[in-house]
Amino acid sequence: MESRLPPQPLPDLIVCPQCDAAYKLTRPEHGERAVCARCHTALITPRSKAGLQIIAVSIAIVVLVIAATVFPFLTIKVAGTQNSVSILDAALAFSDGPLIALSLSTAALIIFIPLLRVLLALYVLIPVVLDRMPAKGSRKAFRLSEALRPWSMAEIFAIGCAVALVKITDLADVSFGPAFWMFAILVVLVVAQDNFMCRWTVWKSLDGLRKPERET
Amino acid sequence: MSDATIITAREMGVVGCRRCTQVWPQGTETCGRCGKRLQLRDHKSLQRVWAWWIVGMMCYIPANMYPMLRTRTLFTVQQDTIVGGAIELFTHGAPFVAAIILFASVVIPLGKFFAIAYLAISVQRRSVASFEQRHLLYEVVEYIGRWSMIDIFVVAILSSLVQLRTLAAIDPGPASLFFALSVIFTMLSAQSFDSRLIWDVQSRDKGEAQRGH
Ligand SMILES: [Zn+2]
Ligand SMILES: [Zn+2]
Repeated sequence: MESRLPPQPLPDLIVCPQCDAAYKLTRPEHGERAVCARCHTALITPRSKAGLQIIAVSIAIVVLVIAATVFPFLTIKVAGTQNSVSILDAALAFSDGPLIALSLSTAALIIFIPLLRVLLALYVLIPVVLDRMPAKGSRKAFRLSEALRPWSMAEIFAIGCAVALVKITDLADVSFGPAFWMFAILVVLVVAQDNFMCRWTVWKSLDGLRKPERET
Repeated sequence: MSDATIITAREMGVVGCRRCTQVWPQGTETCGRCGKRLQLRDHKSLQRVWAWWIVGMMCYIPANMYPMLRTRTLFTVQQDTIVGGAIELFTHGAPFVAAIILFASVVIPLGKFFAIAYLAISVQRRSVASFEQRHLLYEVVEYIGRWSMIDIFVVAILSSLVQLRTLAAIDPGPASLFFALSVIFTMLSAQSFDSRLIWDVQSRDKGEAQRGH
């Protein structure tokens, strides 16, 4: 009945997902990077204490996202009339007719997807860092988080802000609310959180789900 | 990883997971670690690339014809298309911002359409550009495509902020919807591309050269 056995993984090899080059797996030291010799895709990028750093940054991001969405973001003043908006207002600007779809996707791209990705990362990483068994559904959670990566656009929104401000400086006075500065910090943290994470290491640690006995 | 001669997973008789890089014997259907379907090469890849590419292009045309912004001040109502708005900015003394808008909304999207089409054609026939160059092009396309959304966000910020009753108001035009759709579809087109196909021609060439000797 050998043919019924599920296929076994080949743990001594690693294949570049971008160009299909196969290598013998050598784990780089902390701070080093294993890079594909052919297409230069970073394959393994471990950092010491990365787990703890990512968790700390992620918690900060959750707090900042919630605060930045609620507080006033920008205020415009022209001849006595003024108008303050929050980030949520900006996202929901396309409110009439078919443009509502655009409002919802803008809100998703700049607030909900970045927030969801951070929450998923916390869910996956906290048990791993505490050396516990990965939480139930960890692999699904990490999969979703990775699939959403290109659709998290907080940093693009930040550049959009800069462009919008220049566009209206000669039309009106614009002042920054507290949410503006929170959002500025947020963008830096979101980019940092994404760069700290070594995907290979995370997937490797989620192997514990399948085989509870760990090597080393 | 060592630079000697590169052997592909296909030549070794294994298949690598494109999501988590776990390696499995060829013929394994799904990755036991992350659940992704394992495919030696995604042969439907090019079909999906072209399908999204065409839809994206179909949205990009109305995105440039309809107004992106409608600006109403006390005495005037002005409707600007993407290019019109950038020209307006340029003549009003903000050439740098005009350049950013033109780059994000015209140069990047058009460049992306050309680049994806070029990559999709180049894996089917011989190409002058080296594999490294084409792979770099693919990475640039993947990375930079999202940045076209800048213009949509600018429209969102302006039209929520500039709502000053009778004094002035900025409202989004129909082009914003088409433009956003076009960006999303081209992102999906680029994501559908199986970049391993770029390198297959190299393996094929190498194989032929060895047989020739
Ligand atoms: Zn590679
Ligand atoms: Zn996998």
